[in-house]
Amino acid sequence: MPKFYTVRHAALSLQLNLKTLSVLALLLPCVLACVLLALSAGSQWLSPLTVLNELVADGRYAFVLETLRLPRIVMAFMVGAALAVSGLMLQSLIRNPLASPDIIGITGGASAAAVFFLSFLAGSLSVYWLPVAAIIGALLTALIIYGLAWQGGVSPVRLVLIGIGLAAGMNAITTLMIVLSPIATSMTAYVWLTGSVYGTNWQDVSRLLPWLLVLLPWAMSLARSIDAQALGDATAINLGIALQRDRLLVLFISVGLAGAAVAFAGAVSFVGLIAPHIARLLVDRRFASLAPVSALIGGTLVVLADTLGRTVFLPLDMPAGVFVAAVGAPFFIYLLYRHQQ
Amino acid sequence: MKQTLNITMQRSLSATDFTNSPTLSRLSTRPLQLLLAALLLTLAFLASLAFGQLSIPLSRVITAFTHYDGSNTDHLIITTTRLARALTALTVGAALAVSGALMQALTRNPMASPSIFGVNAGALFAIVLTMTVFSISSLQNLIWVALIGAAVAGGMVYGLGSLGRDGLTPVKIVLAGAAISALFVSFTQGLLVVNQDGLDSILFWLGGSVSGRDLSLLQPLIPYGLAALVLSQLLSPHINVLLSGDEIAKSLGQRTGWLKLAMGVLIVLLAGSAVAIAGNIAFVGLIVPHMARAWVGADYRWLLPMCALLGAALLLLADLVARFLIMPQEIPIGVMTALLGTPFFIYLARRGLQNA
Repeated sequence: MPKFYTVRHAALSLQLNLKTLSVLALLLPCVLACVLLALSAGSQWLSPLTVLNELVADGRYAFVLETLRLPRIVMAFMVGAALAVSGLMLQSLIRNPLASPDIIGITGGASAAAVFFLSFLAGSLSVYWLPVAAIIGALLTALIIYGLAWQGGVSPVRLVLIGIGLAAGMNAITTLMIVLSPIATSMTAYVWLTGSVYGTNWQDVSRLLPWLLVLLPWAMSLARSIDAQALGDATAINLGIALQRDRLLVLFISVGLAGAAVAFAGAVSFVGLIAPHIARLLVDRRFASLAPVSALIGGTLVVLADTLGRTVFLPLDMPAGVFVAAVGAPFFIYLLYRHQQ
Repeated sequence: MKQTLNITMQRSLSATDFTNSPTLSRLSTRPLQLLLAALLLTLAFLASLAFGQLSIPLSRVITAFTHYDGSNTDHLIITTTRLARALTALTVGAALAVSGALMQALTRNPMASPSIFGVNAGALFAIVLTMTVFSISSLQNLIWVALIGAAVAGGMVYGLGSLGRDGLTPVKIVLAGAAISALFVSFTQGLLVVNQDGLDSILFWLGGSVSGRDLSLLQPLIPYGLAALVLSQLLSPHINVLLSGDEIAKSLGQRTGWLKLAMGVLIVLLAGSAVAIAGNIAFVGLIVPHMARAWVGADYRWLLPMCALLGAALLLLADLVARFLIMPQEIPIGVMTALLGTPFFIYLARRGLQNA
């Protein structure tokens, strides 16, 4: 029996590992179980069996399940998956396990743009433009980071340092706008900043989905190049990788994923940081293996965090971002510690 | 790449440029430069007393102290709000700048500073936690809480940054600092969501502010601040030795462990109390030591007093600009310093590698 299945078609070229496939097969039921649990939990507890019944045949709780809980859970999952893959790509790009979209300022740029929108444009423009504003903010920030880091090529270290510097600037701008805007707006903006999927409907889901459908397969198609880049600049060039072009592409896809996620759920931090680390514990270091596993783990993480957020502090609805950070940070420190042993 | 960056950064901090060739002219001009900085600070202080929503002529500022007249509104404004504000800015600026300089020596990393290290975020979280959960809001208690928060965050970043075989590299420290900051900021935000009434006071901490602090609150802190400044000045010759490398310092008979511990305590004391008084003021600890180094060189005996003077002057001026930029509202001073500091940080990041 072969150890690998190689998928090769035109530009697409990736290796699938048997172990990865079995891990995925094991993960999938766990993910579904988590989703079921998330559907059951809420201000009114429904037993998982009832939930399954309701999903098949509409009943008394159809509204609660299909209009209130399910879109929110789907959104949380998509946001987590997007951030996880985005973080994974950045970590490969920067060759540093501590990188993630929130740390190098991409989420910060998206937040600044979104808060600007909420504070100054929300009166004149429909709130449907908010995601567009956030994505533009993320892309602009990434371009600025990339441009400033360019000195006859972009080195990962410079990219991350400049990103952190810029993140501080973006946070300052965000704070300034919150301080200057009226108190009601600033509260909305502030909650949004923490990362929350509160009040998601199916329309939101359908607007985020296209981004993922385009960007995730595109990321997979770069798997070979990303793996080669991890070997170091010289080796990657020797292997025939168009290094600077692919680096820009990886950055672009990663920013697109992060920007889209932030646009719909606010700045959920730490998912992009820890989901790839957990994935690395489970499967080998190929991007083609890590990406799907990271996506599943990231998605589940946000779903669980959101479930906690809307049940633990009833009647308050805590932003999912707080729980992700609370779980993510200690775990991240443990991972780093383990990594060094 | 990381290695080269590290080496360049160490070189830019190393002691060579004053131990090998302390040119005579430089030695003799240093006191003069300190005097100049002191003059700048005095001017900034007076300007901070005189200008604002209501401009008060300088002569009246001086008479407010020499011939105080309780029925004169100008005198009242100066001795109550303006003086407290100027003194707060002065103390906080000096404390942040000196703690930044100490941090840069301790980690041999020119990008180290309290805000980058997550110390601000840690102190901030501790303050917000005690305010919302335990409803304690007296500044005296908050200071201690802030110090604990600062120490925990700083220790975590130092520990995380030094994991691994290559030790404390600038990139790892900066990343660890960013991660820990993100952690504490997101906890702070969570607390805010639980307690929505606190937005105003939390924005005060988040944006940083030197206004609205009573002199009586500042007073008990001044002895600690002064003691920390004097202590760091006493340590400065040893810091110079430490900068030439751990092994050289050890072979010269220095107890590097104790020195580093003392520096760590001073950093936490200075940065933590600065955050407790004025909230999150970023980048002063980063910019000022570099400005001072350009002026008096890397000798910490001269660098530290210079940092204190320039840091105080910088924060006074930033506060002054923040009052005027969007009259009648004020820009939070922490935002001002962050906007000043971001380009500088990026410049440092770019330069660090160009020299390699």
